[in-house]
Amino acid sequence: MEIHEYQAKELLAGFGVAVPPGGVAYSADQAVYVATELGGWHWAVKAQIHSGARGKAGGVRLCRTYHEVAEATSALLGATLVTEQTGPAGKVVHRVYVERAEAFEREIYLGFVLDRKTERIRIVASREGGMEIEELVKHRPDGLLHQEVDPAAGLATFQARELAFGLGLNMKQVSQAVSTILGCYRAFRDLDATMVEINPLVVTNDDRVIALDAKITIDDNALFRRPRVAEMRDPAEEDPREAQAAEFGLNYVGLTGNIGCIINGAGLAMATMDSIKYAGGEPANFLDIGGGASPERVGAAFRLVLTDPNVKAILVNIFAGINRCDWVATGVVQAAKQLRVPLIVRLAGTNVEEGRRIVRESGLPIITAETLAEAAEKAVLAARDGGVQ
Amino acid sequence: MSILIDEHTRVLVQGFTGDKATFHAKEMIAYGTNVVGGVTPGKGGREHLGRPVFDTVKEAVQATGAEASIVFVPPAFAADSLMEAADAALRLVCIITDGIPAQDMMHVKRYLKRYQRERRTLVVGPNCAGIISAGKAMLGIMPGHVYRRGEIGIVSRSGTLGYEAAAQLTALGLGVTTSVGIGGDPINGSSFLDHLALFEADPETRAVIMIGEIGGPQEAEAAAFAQQHMTKPVVGYVAGVTAPKGRRMGHAGAIISAEGDSAAEKAEIMRAHGLRVAPSASELGSTVAEALGRRTAVR
Repeated sequence: MEIHEYQAKELLAGFGVAVPPGGVAYSADQAVYVATELGGWHWAVKAQIHSGARGKAGGVRLCRTYHEVAEATSALLGATLVTEQTGPAGKVVHRVYVERAEAFEREIYLGFVLDRKTERIRIVASREGGMEIEELVKHRPDGLLHQEVDPAAGLATFQARELAFGLGLNMKQVSQAVSTILGCYRAFRDLDATMVEINPLVVTNDDRVIALDAKITIDDNALFRRPRVAEMRDPAEEDPREAQAAEFGLNYVGLTGNIGCIINGAGLAMATMDSIKYAGGEPANFLDIGGGASPERVGAAFRLVLTDPNVKAILVNIFAGINRCDWVATGVVQAAKQLRVPLIVRLAGTNVEEGRRIVRESGLPIITAETLAEAAEKAVLAARDGGVQ
Repeated sequence: MSILIDEHTRVLVQGFTGDKATFHAKEMIAYGTNVVGGVTPGKGGREHLGRPVFDTVKEAVQATGAEASIVFVPPAFAADSLMEAADAALRLVCIITDGIPAQDMMHVKRYLKRYQRERRTLVVGPNCAGIISAGKAMLGIMPGHVYRRGEIGIVSRSGTLGYEAAAQLTALGLGVTTSVGIGGDPINGSSFLDHLALFEADPETRAVIMIGEIGGPQEAEAAAFAQQHMTKPVVGYVAGVTAPKGRRMGHAGAIISAEGDSAAEKAEIMRAHGLRVAPSASELGSTVAEALGRRTAVR
C-alpha cells in the first residue's frame, strides 16, 4: 500500500527523523491558515498524490506570501498531475501539504528496500540526492553506498555511521544522519514497510539534516497488524475497478487491449494474456478469480471486465484444482445470458466433462476451446470480427 | 524415484483441524500420502481423520517419526509454525498459506540458518500449490488426477501453470516424477535452484520444466546454475510478457521493479545460459518433448 508524503513524514517523525514542520490542507483558506500557524516567510505547497517526480510536473510550488500560498493551493487542488510515474492519465490532486521551506546546501539520497536477492533489508545512499534511484544506479553505480541488515541483529549503529561518513558529512551532521538512518530503519521494521525513501535528505547551512521528501510503501500482507497505517489508505488514489474487484476477492489490473480475461491463478492469468499477445491480440485486463470461484464470483468477474468499454470479447480460462469446472461453468452460463460480446471458454481439470456439458447444453453462442493456444487464437479472431460469430 | 516426497514419507499437517486443512488432508490421504498425524495447539490428544492430533510439532515428531509437514496455518501465525517445524528438525515443510508478511519470511529464512546444513529444514512455499510425486504422494492442494507418472520434473512459481504443464505432458504421453510449486511471494523458502539440484540428482528425472514469472532474481540464478551444474535438459518459461512495469500481477512477488525483472529479460537470460525456452505456455510439453528427442538422437 502506498501512502502520501505527509503521512510518511508524520510516521517518520515518530521514529525521530527530522522533517520540516507542515500541515495538510484541503482548501486555499486552510492552506493559508496552516502557513500562518507554521510561521516563517517561505512555504512549499506540495500536491499530495501517490507518485514521485511531482516537482518536475509542477506539483510543488514555492511561495513567499500568504497570497501565493492561496493561489498555489487553488491551482493545485482539482488539477490533474501527469508525472513520469502516473502514466498519461495522471492523478487528480485532492489535498496539498503546506511546509515551511528550508534553505539547504546539499541533497542526499537515502533508500531502504526489502532486497529479494539477499532476502534482507538493504540500505542505499548516495551523495547526490534529488535524482531518481534508477538514474543513480544507471549513471553513478560506483557512487552508491550500501549496507545490509542482518534480521537477527537489526541495524547496528556503526553501519549507520559508516554510511554517514561515506556521504562526506561533518561530525555535527553525522550524528543527525545516524539518527535519521536508525529512525528510518525502525520505521521500516515496525511499520512492515517494503520501501522507505528519503529523496532528498538535505543538509541546511546551519548543519541540520532534514527529510525534505519521504515515501513509504507498506506490505499489504502486514496491514492486519498495522491498523494505524491501514487507516491511511486513500481510496481516491486507487483505480475504482481494482477496489471493486478486491471486494469480491478478485485480483484485477486494467490494461489497454480489448480482450477481457477471466482466469484462475496469477501465473495462468499472465500466461493467458501472453498467449493473446502471441496470437496477435491485446488483453484488456489481468483478472485472477482465485480458488473456490462460486457462480456469484464468476458473475462479479464478468460485470467487472465489462465495465471497460474497450472489451470486444471475453476469454475465460479455468484450470480447476480446488475450483470445479461444473461450478465455474454454471456461473459462466448465467453471466453469458446477457452478454453482448463474444465469449470464449476453455475449461480443464477437476470435473471438466461436466463443465463442458453445461456450456454445450446451455444453447448459448459460447465458443469453446480445448487448449490455451486455441482459446487465445479464437479470442483474437472474435475480437477482431467485432462480435460476428 | 522422485524428489522430496514419496509414498513412504511420514507427513504431519500443521493447522490440522481447520476447514481447509481437513479438506486437503482428506484429498492427500486419498491420493496415498502417508499422513501420520497433525498439530493444532490446544487440541492435542484428540483424533482427526483417524489420525492423532498433537499440541506441538516436537511431540508429534516424537510420537509418529514424521519427517515432513504441510502448513495450513493462517498468515499471522504462519512464520511461527515454520520456525516450530524447523526446530523440531523436520526435513521438509511445505507451506500453502497465502498472505504472509514479507518481513516474517525474512526472519524465517534467517532462523533456518541457525541449524547446520545437514539438519536444516527445506521450506517449500509459501503461497504455493505444494508438491506432488506423481502416483506416490501429494503434499499440496493440486488436482492429483492431472499428474501422470513419468520422467519430467516440474518446478513452478504458479500453481495453475504447473497443472497446465502436467496436463500437456499427459496429452503427449509423457509424465511427471515430481512437481514443486515454489510460490508467488517475494521471499520464499526455497527457490528454483534448490529444486533443479534435486532433480539433477534424481535418477528417474530426465528433464525439467522451470516455470517462472516476472519479478525477482531467482530465474536468472537458476539458469546460471543449470548451465554450470546440470546434465539434464531444462526447459524454461516466464509468464508476464504483457505485464506493465510497476503493477503487481496477483502474486505479491509478480511485479517488475528492477532491471532484469521482466519476462522478456528473464527469457533472454535463460536462452543465454543455454536453456530451451518455451515460446508460449501452450508449448511447455512440446518443448520438453523436443529437448528429450534431440538429446536421445545425439546420444
